[in-house]
Amino acid sequence: MSLLVEINDIYIDGRSDETWSPIIKGISLELKKGEVLGLIGESGAGKSTLGLAAMGFTRDGVRISGGSVKFDGIDLLSASAAQKRSLLGKRIAYVAQSAAASFNPAHKLIDQHTEGPVQHGVMSKAESAEDGIELYRRLRLPNPEEIGFRYPHQVSGGQLQRAMTAMAMACRPDLIIFDEPTTALDVTTQIEVLASIRDIVEQFDTAAIYITHDLAVVAQMADKIKVLLKGDEVEEADTRTMLSAPKEDYTKSLWAVRAFERPQKPAVHTSATPVVSVQNVSAAYGKVRVLHDVSFDIHEGRTVAVVGESGSGKSTTARCITGLLPPTEGVIQFDGQSLPANYKKRNKDQLRQAQMIYQMADTALNPRTKIGDIIGRPVQFYMGLTGKAKRRRVEELLEEIELPASQYIDRLPSELSGGQKQRIGIARALAAEPKFIICDEVTSALDQLVAEGILKLLARLQDSLKLSYMFITHDLATVKAIADEVVVMKEGKVVEQGPKHDMFVPPHHPYTDLLLSSVPEMDPDWLTNLLNERGVDNIGDAAVDKMS
Amino acid sequence: MQSVISIILQRLALGLLTLFVVSVVIFTAVNMLPGDFAQAILGQGATPEAVEAIRKDLGLDQPPITRYFQWLGNAIQGDLGNSFAQANFASFAGADTGVSTTVAQQIAPRFANTMFLAAVTACIAVPFSITLGILAALYRNSVFDRATNVTTLTSISSPEFFLAYVLILFLAVLNPMLPSLSNIFDGMSFGERLEKTLLPALTLTLVVTAHMMRMTRAAIINLLASPYIEMARLKGMSPMRVIVKHALPNALAPIINVIALNLAYLITGVVVVEVVFVYPGIGQLFVDSVKIRDIPVVQACCLIFAAAYILLNLLADILSILSNPRLRHPK
Repeated sequence: MSLLVEINDIYIDGRSDETWSPIIKGISLELKKGEVLGLIGESGAGKSTLGLAAMGFTRDGVRISGGSVKFDGIDLLSASAAQKRSLLGKRIAYVAQSAAASFNPAHKLIDQHTEGPVQHGVMSKAESAEDGIELYRRLRLPNPEEIGFRYPHQVSGGQLQRAMTAMAMACRPDLIIFDEPTTALDVTTQIEVLASIRDIVEQFDTAAIYITHDLAVVAQMADKIKVLLKGDEVEEADTRTMLSAPKEDYTKSLWAVRAFERPQKPAVHTSATPVVSVQNVSAAYGKVRVLHDVSFDIHEGRTVAVVGESGSGKSTTARCITGLLPPTEGVIQFDGQSLPANYKKRNKDQLRQAQMIYQMADTALNPRTKIGDIIGRPVQFYMGLTGKAKRRRVEELLEEIELPASQYIDRLPSELSGGQKQRIGIARALAAEPKFIICDEVTSALDQLVAEGILKLLARLQDSLKLSYMFITHDLATVKAIADEVVVMKEGKVVEQGPKHDMFVPPHHPYTDLLLSSVPEMDPDWLTNLLNERGVDNIGDAAVDKMS
Repeated sequence: MQSVISIILQRLALGLLTLFVVSVVIFTAVNMLPGDFAQAILGQGATPEAVEAIRKDLGLDQPPITRYFQWLGNAIQGDLGNSFAQANFASFAGADTGVSTTVAQQIAPRFANTMFLAAVTACIAVPFSITLGILAALYRNSVFDRATNVTTLTSISSPEFFLAYVLILFLAVLNPMLPSLSNIFDGMSFGERLEKTLLPALTLTLVVTAHMMRMTRAAIINLLASPYIEMARLKGMSPMRVIVKHALPNALAPIINVIALNLAYLITGVVVVEVVFVYPGIGQLFVDSVKIRDIPVVQACCLIFAAAYILLNLLADILSILSNPRLRHPK
């Protein structure tokens, strides 16, 4: 087989202020027709930049400074803009990380689908629309005849991701770049999207570059894997070799991340007063009821993980506990005392005792405030410290979260990495000296190595400060790592709760089972086996057979 | 769709409330003008009795609150009152001369002329500035972009009368293509009217283009970093198509608002241009009426200006709402 993509010793620079610094430092890559390459690495490793470079495309402020990119013998770097445009969308297609952001909000899905084929002169609009509906059917979208006539905001994230894959397929390209297509999805949705992508890539013998930071995902999708670290190639091997016998230390460390697990703590004494007790709480946004009779307890020094898909009511429960959304029924107790439903009616001490750490550290920190002031504000507000005493306390807190105070206290959030920002979020919560912290998906925006560091820090703080955590997450690996008790939520109800070791041992509630079995595993055959287990009708082979 | 209708009704109610507040402000402000009609018309040597007689005749002796509600009540029914100036010429002559005396009769033809000028200007300026804005966004930071910016900024920074005289110099004096006087009257054919109106319309185009063009450019460029724009580029779409098909529909809301603001300006703020070209629009009538303290006409003009502003902004709001598919097609 001939080479479809040939990237030779490529160097890519990114501009920050007026200086150019390297993003990719001399990477080579080869891809045959119909082959799937997995690109893996942490954020900042240059995966997306390399993926786009394979299309001959660079974002603003990025330039290719050396090497060559060839697609089917055409040199993309010396090709004219018009020549490149004739390839993009037609022979090389792209599937972006967030389909919700990458579909144009002003046009219907089918119009965006047909745009490529029509503009490239491959098909007429009617032909392409008909073909689009077939692709929607193959990708197992519900109502394939109608879904295309909706606007992007009327379709769920998982469905949009599949519609985007269909759009990439519209001209039957030779190569598709998948840029973290399932990172923003729930595990249960992720499976459906992964299975659809894999099927369709196999059926049309399309070559693909699959970019992700999730090893288990790439193990299902790729024929071979390339590991990147800070713009350098660490190693490349075919998937099975890579998983069973990684050569480099860095690869091994990536592989080992999922091993972190805290031992199960002994059961709490039944007479102990829980720190936080959620009792029969129901809540509604306007007229829409989103929580139904939710009850669970959180004891001192314990972590309760609340798991479920997006929309299951996890964050709403947190909003009820903090008083941001007063429940319509039920009470929240703290140390045996009922809290006022609305946070405005709570006193300073009640507010101080429950703090939050947010999912997006980026948006949760004021970009124009220095770290010292971000942490200093709750120190002053709750603890009444000012001047030197305040500064000393802030320094203590920074040491607590393992960031040297002298280096970080005068920086702005934009001068920190994602993991460091999340640490600042933790320090800000600790500044109030609370007994209870709500962690809302605090690691889901982070790379696995960084996330592990945060989880270990939270565990250490819990032991030394006797903190109680409510840990909202959709990632069951995180649950395994840190939880003592688990609450499984679905559609605003608690479907199962109990100690962690019980949750990971059958029998389960069927929904818990679905969640657990949907977490990708490192085994390259995992997806195939799982789909076989779940039955042919589920994976839609029948529908595909009918097509061909 | 339900939500869109309720939003529109809400805006409509707010618009009416604003108009009411504005009417209070207009009435108060006009009444605070120094001197009154009676003194203005009778001059220095007027006897107090004569002044008093005219005041009484016109109802100016009533307390302001009574007069306000009378005026408002009539205005709601479409009766804007009688023009003092016309009424007095008639009554001093001791007979009904049959001259048009109501404010409505006086304003109507002038207002129609103003609307005609505004419409001609809008037909030239809006497409012109949006096209310029799109081209400037497409070739951003190029020589074309910079030249467009400098030219439009220069024209918006120059006084209107100066622009008017420059255009007269080039298009009427040096190359006599267009008439420099825009004295239109009843019974002119549409073509003649258009020819007479073209020069003031071009002047106004120069005045309003910069604002609209720059907003179009900025609104589009603002969106160019969006993931869906990158997606369109990665689908191999041409730069022009990316901007017109993918960026523009999402940039409509701010553009519509700026257009509305400029159209409102065309209806209410063109006194200088009307004077230069001797165009019989509502602006000139307004200024003349202020000079002779013809209060009913002044008030009516102000009310029309306010209504035009509110109505156009309302329209812009509604169009921006309709340009958003999230509101047009809720989940």
